[in-house]
Amino acid sequence: MNKVLDTIISKLYIAELFNYLNNCIDIVIGAFNTEALSMEFVWNTIAAFFTIAIFSFLIKDNTLYKIAESIVVGIAAGYFTILLLWTSFKPKFWDMIVVEGKWWYVIPGILGLLMYFRFNRKLNWLARYPLALYIGIGSGIAIPLMLQTFVIKQFKATMLPGNLHSWEGVNNTLIVIMVLAGLIYFFFSVPHKGIVGKTATFGIWVIMIGFGASFGYTVMARVSLLIGRIQFLLGNWLKLIE
Amino acid sequence: MKRRIPILIVSITGFLLTVQYFCPHPYSEAFYNNALDWLVIIGIFAMPLGIYSMVRIQFQKVARQESGWGFAVISLISLFVMLGLGYTPKCLEAGSFFMKLFEFIYIPIQATMFSLLAFYIASAAYRAFRARNLLASIVLVSAILVMLGRVPIGMAIHPIFPEIADWIMNFPNMAAQRAINIGLGLGAASTAIKIVLGVERSYMGFE
Repeated sequence: MNKVLDTIISKLYIAELFNYLNNCIDIVIGAFNTEALSMEFVWNTIAAFFTIAIFSFLIKDNTLYKIAESIVVGIAAGYFTILLLWTSFKPKFWDMIVVEGKWWYVIPGILGLLMYFRFNRKLNWLARYPLALYIGIGSGIAIPLMLQTFVIKQFKATMLPGNLHSWEGVNNTLIVIMVLAGLIYFFFSVPHKGIVGKTATFGIWVIMIGFGASFGYTVMARVSLLIGRIQFLLGNWLKLIE
Repeated sequence: MKRRIPILIVSITGFLLTVQYFCPHPYSEAFYNNALDWLVIIGIFAMPLGIYSMVRIQFQKVARQESGWGFAVISLISLFVMLGLGYTPKCLEAGSFFMKLFEFIYIPIQATMFSLLAFYIASAAYRAFRARNLLASIVLVSAILVMLGRVPIGMAIHPIFPEIADWIMNFPNMAAQRAINIGLGLGAASTAIKIVLGVERSYMGFE
């Protein structure tokens, strides 16, 4: 009788054991199918690891931070090289010559290769030719562009109708006075004495208000980035917040 | 040959590119577009110089077993992994492993590094903004008003703070930025004119 009971119990135990194992397998398979162990979670965990590694610098400089720093150096160099290869080198150089048959695009290629003569002591003067072309084109483009964008357009935007009868008119008048005062501060060909000195002093006040505003704005932008990273850790990664 | 021709190239190309801005002719525009392409192509050929320089420095660190040479190995591995994964233009498509590495390693690290400045900028602000004189006080007051106007607590204290912040950003700040930009534009244009005329030659290593 006992033997029969033992057999039944052991069979029951085995059955329970099988049930238990089955449940375990279901849990594991289920876990893999849930969002918790999806690829998105894996990538977010990697991003969270590097985020925490960088934040660890707040305690002190450490190995984890240096590892993240070294990785970002390699990834940045590799990414931008590949980006340049497929978005600039291929369409603007390779395809122009091979696909479109514009043979004259070989010239900037040769000039680009001349830059490597910088490593040769006898022929390093050849590297000046591409540099000269680069600076020549850059300067030629910069002269009208800088005057148009940074001088003419700025003056045009400043010289709006001003009066003392409306709030907008007062502000338009004020901005003309403040821009001129700021410019006089930067004008060193005349000694800053008398009326010029007083205007220059007002100009530096305006510039200081501008610096303060820019600083405040930068602080807000950095704090916003910090909030973004914390939101990523608590939201995207740990799903603790919506 | 070694000195005059580069200066001549700078002057001729600089002059032609300046003149073309005022000639709205299809040939002029084609010349401008070609010049821009040439600028990009020469720049592309300079890129391997930078990569070579980086790899050489990191290899030297590893070969000499200098302190922190292990980090140089990590940099080299991550560089070569990215270069290896980028063998096809498809690597730049969204969802590729190459882009995942960029999106989930590079971007979080960069964003976190910039966000770290939020902590350090506070101590910098304390040192910079101590109201030691009138000018420092102006910077301090302006920064505080802009920050108060940009956060909910400013609005909670008084609804005028956001308006003050907007006024500072739109008028005194704008005026200061314009004065700086006009000075910058005049300075850059005059330097470019000096380069085209051959007066400024220091960029070539000439005196």
